[in-house]
Amino acid sequence: MNAHAFTLAGCRLEARPTGALWLPDERLLCVSDLHLGKSERMARRGGSLLPPYETLETLDRLEAELDLLAPDTVICLGDSFDDLGAALALPDSLRVRLAGMQAGRRWIWIEGNHDPGPVELGGEHMAQHAVAGLRFRHIAEDVCTAGEISGHYHPKHRLPRSGTSRPAFVYDGTRLILPAFGTYTGGLRCDTPELRRLFAARAIAVLTGPRALAVPLP
Amino acid sequence: MAALPPRFADWFARNGWEPHPHQMEMLDRAQEPASLLIAPTGGGKTLAGFLPSLAELADGSHQGLHTLYISPLKALAADIRRNLLRPVEEMGLPIRIEDRTGDTPASARKRQRADPPHILLTTPESLALLISYEDAPRIFAGLSRVVVDEIHALAESKRGDQLMLALSRLQALAPGMRRVGLSATVEDPPALARQLACHPDPCKVILADPGPLPDIAMLETAAPPPWAGGGAVHAIPEVLAEVRKHRTTLIFHNTRAQAEIFFHNLWLANEEGLPIAIHHGSLAREQRQKVEAAMVSGDLRAIVCTGTLDLGIDWGDVDLIIQIGGPKNVKRLVQRIGRANHRYNAPSKARLVPANRFEVLECRAALEAAAEQDLDGEPRGPGPRDVLCQHILIRACAGPFDEAELYREVKTVGAYAGLSRAAFDDCLDFCATGGYALKAYDRWQKLMQRDGLWGLRDPRTAQRIRMNIGTIQDTELLKVRMRGRGGQPLGEVEEGFAASLTEGDTFLIGGEIVRYEGLKEMTVQVSRSANKTPKIAVFGGTKFSASTRLTERILELIHGDWQALPEDTRRWLALQRDVSQLPRGDRLLIESFPHDSRAHTCLYGFAGRNAQQTLGLLVTRRMEEVGLDPLGFVATDYATLIWGLEQVDDPAPLLAPQVLRDVLEGWLAKNAVMKRTFRASATIAGLIERNLPQNRKTGRQATFSSDILYDTLLKYDPDHLLMRITREEAMKGLVDFGRVEEMLARVEGRIDHVVLDRVTPMAAPLLLEVGKVPVAGKGRERLAEAEAEALMAKAGLSSGGLQ
Repeated sequence: MNAHAFTLAGCRLEARPTGALWLPDERLLCVSDLHLGKSERMARRGGSLLPPYETLETLDRLEAELDLLAPDTVICLGDSFDDLGAALALPDSLRVRLAGMQAGRRWIWIEGNHDPGPVELGGEHMAQHAVAGLRFRHIAEDVCTAGEISGHYHPKHRLPRSGTSRPAFVYDGTRLILPAFGTYTGGLRCDTPELRRLFAARAIAVLTGPRALAVPLP
Repeated sequence: MAALPPRFADWFARNGWEPHPHQMEMLDRAQEPASLLIAPTGGGKTLAGFLPSLAELADGSHQGLHTLYISPLKALAADIRRNLLRPVEEMGLPIRIEDRTGDTPASARKRQRADPPHILLTTPESLALLISYEDAPRIFAGLSRVVVDEIHALAESKRGDQLMLALSRLQALAPGMRRVGLSATVEDPPALARQLACHPDPCKVILADPGPLPDIAMLETAAPPPWAGGGAVHAIPEVLAEVRKHRTTLIFHNTRAQAEIFFHNLWLANEEGLPIAIHHGSLAREQRQKVEAAMVSGDLRAIVCTGTLDLGIDWGDVDLIIQIGGPKNVKRLVQRIGRANHRYNAPSKARLVPANRFEVLECRAALEAAAEQDLDGEPRGPGPRDVLCQHILIRACAGPFDEAELYREVKTVGAYAGLSRAAFDDCLDFCATGGYALKAYDRWQKLMQRDGLWGLRDPRTAQRIRMNIGTIQDTELLKVRMRGRGGQPLGEVEEGFAASLTEGDTFLIGGEIVRYEGLKEMTVQVSRSANKTPKIAVFGGTKFSASTRLTERILELIHGDWQALPEDTRRWLALQRDVSQLPRGDRLLIESFPHDSRAHTCLYGFAGRNAQQTLGLLVTRRMEEVGLDPLGFVATDYATLIWGLEQVDDPAPLLAPQVLRDVLEGWLAKNAVMKRTFRASATIAGLIERNLPQNRKTGRQATFSSDILYDTLLKYDPDHLLMRITREEAMKGLVDFGRVEEMLARVEGRIDHVVLDRVTPMAAPLLLEVGKVPVAGKGRERLAEAEAEALMAKAGLSSGGLQ
């Protein structure tokens, strides 16, 4: 078992080594902050001409999870596209690919701060979504009720003794924040006040990698 | 021979001087397209370089910029201006001299563009910026001479390549421009001359009288140097005694961390309060300037320093150089020694202090090589293409250009003389489109062709390109300041070191022990601390590889006559011989022993640090494949130490040359060294921008790592120009696989594996070596899992998490 199993608001969850969240009872897969089209957006806005392969790479990894788990529902937790222009500029080949991934299952786009409003790629678009006593939204609220699941912060964490920092899930008894799933996405260290303040004293970070590694948050 | 103009002859006479023969020769050859002067420090090199300019400008008829002086250091430009003002004022010459560096205020820089002085003193980066302006043709129209100072220091790095590309542009703007290079002693003057000249012009080398042989020896110490470490604490009393005996002593160290430790200990022992200061590149500019000023006014008896003082600033009256630690390279040692004694005809004096037993061997070998003038150096090879990419972008900032014309210009640079049109086109294509196999970006390309000329697609890009000019790679550094109002700036530390600090930790900076208080707005806040055992700050000190000649000499010394070695070193070698074996040139000694609950294996290849590092990468990769779970390694010039979870019983199969070559192919793709090289090249070539018009991003979604760019390119576009450049660059410097193969050929499978139950005398120094390279693999994953479990257990949590 390479995933980290835990419960939130009475619901069974698995933090996957890939950075995706799996709800076995609902057959629901959740990923956050795909930031598809980031290189396209940077080029369009006069920035660096980054290698334009990150959308392909992100979809490759997402599709591998879909093949493995065959979820009934997929929730993309916001900032799925780097901006609306990036969604519109998605090459046809990837558009077809995405449609194939959506076929035969419910697909929910939660709106993020980078991609508010509708996008024309199938699936449902929502500001937030509730399932099995859990509430999925893009940005954590300052005060929240139990069972909130969000993204936005791109948490990362490193073990004090071994290794470099890796994208990480963070949770306490009340809420869970997902790591960014996108390829060209940086991260925010779990111990920065901005992120740490969202959690209770006893909180856990789950590092992604070959295996999901749970450690208490300092 | 040309006569000195009367006004100049009078000035020399008034000061009671006689021009040196090489100064007269420079005047004589003033009209030649290029000349290179090699002269020792104190030989009037700078004046020799400027005399023809001063003579040509003496009648006041020249309008605008006449001479451009380029130095590798900002401080040097300012220093030269002061020195040059003296003859100009004393002779009443109508010459305006100004400097232009990163420190020059924007208002002055703007004025200099509108109304350039006769002589402008600048750095390669500031020059690159100047040629990026649209008015560059006007600024440089009357340029007659370029003087490149300390050209040997520039020529060894990409800064030199960038400078020569800039000169090719200047030559196009001012076809009559003549080039002059000034250099300290180098091993291959004609090669340096070829780098300087406008290819294929000839370049005359003028050798000044090298002066008397230096007085150079080991510093005898009462206490023997320890087995390991770089602190040289044992030598403090003797060093202090030397400082007392001399007017001014420069105490050189190879790394900033070592300089800090030594300075700290020297200060503790300095009971009579001799004025001693510290100077290195990580200290705040204010701190350095204070030290420099005190030095010039003769207020200091000693300065503990690093390579930042290698170059010829006129530091007052230095009469002794002390080199702490192995010199790594004979040429650098000779150049450093040249820093002592600015009087031309007195021998310079230097003392070497090995910090550990191994360095005794290295110092002894270097002394012999210096006495025989056996200078070492590696040829540089063809000009790097990442620098060319940056040059193309800079050229585009200045206005539309014709590709064939730019190609011709670039080919006049010695290092790029062999550049094929196809290779040039690759670089141009990368600048224009990113060079991706998938032409997804045609709509947003950076450069585009209009009416047959290339130019910026969006003129606003020029600002970003200008902000990222240069080839010097900084690691991410954080400023250190005293806490409180207007906290005093102390210097900089690496971000990784700052991240390892928790409140209350103490560390050394600027010779002071400070207490870490916290990170505030990207600044490390500290307070004064009385702690006696500080942590050691990790500064990005340069690591040099010892030259082949030097390691050969060391091996000869180990097997030759020990008579010249101090007693303690002889005992150390004897002990190594007794408990294990002595390494030999024709065999490969490998030792395996447990230490600190890890299995260790040490390979004594004597192939130089870069090759030993490559050996570490290849062998650990092979170990990973056969399940030995390596965790990391560290390399020095003479050995590689590997540690891991499983013991190595038979190292020979790990070292089969064909296996290593196969591993090299696969390995080259993904490892930390390649990623580091990629980051450097991608930054120079303009793919990654260090500086953005808006301020540095902090916090959320901070920049993605260049490692991810590398991995993505490797997977989807492995033949991308930047990937090819990365492979070339890595093979050139950091990898040094050639020396690994040389070593394996020398050894021909004669491997001696000695298994011991404890660390050996020769392996001990490696345990303290900095620059450990972690190996990402199953071993590390095993440790991470164990650590995570332990942390959870300690917090009273099951691995099932919060319930």
